[in-house]
Amino acid sequence: MSVLNPPRSARTRRAGGPAGAGGNFSAWANRHRKWLFAAPAMIFVGVLIIFPLAWTLYLSLTDSQGSVRAATEFIGLQNYLTVLSDTERFWPAVGRTLAFTGVALAFEVVLGMGIALLLWRPFRGEKWVRVAILLPLVATPVAVGMMWRLIFDPNIGFVNQLLGMVGIPPQPWLSGQDTALGTTIFMDVWQWTPMVVLILLAGLTSLSDEPDEAARVDGANAFQRFFYITLPLMMPTVIVAILLRGIDALKTFDILYATKGKGGGSFHEVETLNVYAYGLSFDYNQYGLSSAVLILFFMIIIGSMWLLTMRKKAVSK
Amino acid sequence: MTVMTDSAATTADNQPRRRRKPLATRAYKVFRVVALVLVVLFLLAPLFWMLLASLKTNVDIYDTAKAFIFSPTFENYANVLQRNNYFVFVVNSFWVAFVSTALSIVLGVPAAYAMSRFTMHRSALVVLMARVIPGVSLLVPWYYVFSNLRMVGKFEVLILSHMFVALPLIVYIMMSYFDSLPLELEESAEVDGLTPIGAFRLITLPLAVSGIATAGILSFIFSWNNFMFALVLSGAKTKTLPVAIFDFVSYASIDWGGLMAAATVVTIPIMIIALFTQKYIVSGLTAGATKG
Repeated sequence: MSVLNPPRSARTRRAGGPAGAGGNFSAWANRHRKWLFAAPAMIFVGVLIIFPLAWTLYLSLTDSQGSVRAATEFIGLQNYLTVLSDTERFWPAVGRTLAFTGVALAFEVVLGMGIALLLWRPFRGEKWVRVAILLPLVATPVAVGMMWRLIFDPNIGFVNQLLGMVGIPPQPWLSGQDTALGTTIFMDVWQWTPMVVLILLAGLTSLSDEPDEAARVDGANAFQRFFYITLPLMMPTVIVAILLRGIDALKTFDILYATKGKGGGSFHEVETLNVYAYGLSFDYNQYGLSSAVLILFFMIIIGSMWLLTMRKKAVSK
Repeated sequence: MTVMTDSAATTADNQPRRRRKPLATRAYKVFRVVALVLVVLFLLAPLFWMLLASLKTNVDIYDTAKAFIFSPTFENYANVLQRNNYFVFVVNSFWVAFVSTALSIVLGVPAAYAMSRFTMHRSALVVLMARVIPGVSLLVPWYYVFSNLRMVGKFEVLILSHMFVALPLIVYIMMSYFDSLPLELEESAEVDGLTPIGAFRLITLPLAVSGIATAGILSFIFSWNNFMFALVLSGAKTKTLPVAIFDFVSYASIDWGGLMAAATVVTIPIMIIALFTQKYIVSGLTAGATKG
């Protein structure tokens, strides 16, 4: 507080108008602005998260079947036991969730890195490529699902027509029990690789040119420069991309539900945890059971995030 | 096409220097053009196919010979917009996305400012948790409560649920935006006699307008595209577009032309917005990603 600085009360009064109740309030508001600003959003989110999570936790310990009037009984960990010993729906759904996320992420990161490298150095027509990259990202996922449904249709779909031209017999794609999950992964890759590209491109652009130049002077070729210089420097950004994309991939719902409907198809071939939990809740009203699934699902998400954050810290050092 | 001609021009410009560079550079340039054309094709072709199908009759869709050459018709659009009353759903989607975004900005921007300014990382984590939680686990209790209050199917509930998507997004983007704004301006304004809140209102907020635009546009897009919350919480009158197309499928799954027209109707408005606001969308999606 220097001499030039007038006392606090004088300052607030000048800005807050005539002295009085308003001035006092203004002084109070300024003193507590940290919480005044942050609290409304935090209360909003907090109430809408903490209360539902607590409720889900409670429901997972009951046999709630949805109807508001029907009495629900507290049954302890019974739901968890049921779920964890369910090898027909739950464990396959866990497997599919992890497979979907893992495979989609692998493709998205590798392709995304490739495309980001292509876009790295300026070129003419860059603007148009950027537009093309943005369009899948903003396209409505449900509409995207419908679009692919037509393209992958076994009889009238463009993909089979194209394959027919080179003499490959039509494939069932989305309707096949073995091919459906792979086809939905392909859709996810189409829609979300662009996001990975944007994140990695931002990372590449913020890299300093010096290490790359030095290696170039030392005679390293493009591959050596990428694997020994660029990639290690990019690792933190790659992990951020995996984190951001991975969280959403684990929770994928729109495309799966739009292409295969309830239960992830008649043989549950694309039923991930999210689709499973949704179906249990809103198609079958098994709130107790679905809450147990959700709590376990939530733990899987937190677990994977924690692992990645640890990895990121290790890389950043 | 333009990509290829453009790069030919660049090659010509570089002619004198080219001789001293290894052959790989030239090969790479060709490879880059080919690869980029393939990437663009891969990303745009499906959308183009959807658009084509929406202009075909159902007979033409089944006809392989008419894949690209056919007489376009707007029948599907007329059908979707008139008979299925899609205009109502378009208005619903706009309303829900607009109000949830506006309210989230009002709540989120000051919060992000405080969290950035006072490095309230733990508080920020609470808000960002909302990004991590699977939506279904929130929907069950919400549905329980709101159906008891007889509020399922009202705009208020839908807006509330979409705010849940928008608010964390806005806080996340705005925090990294405020982090990048210099504090000195605000501090000198305070020395000149503004209150801290006054400095925020008169100095920082005007500077943050482009950040707020970024956050607002992205949250509008996410809300527009949101499917799951609206699927459960909307009613016949408050249905948003993504849910409305889904209805279209369940009882008319063979009407591909109509379905593609419906899908195009949902996608076009958001793409037009995206085209005009590209810069903001990219900076929003990459916010905080490069800090490492």
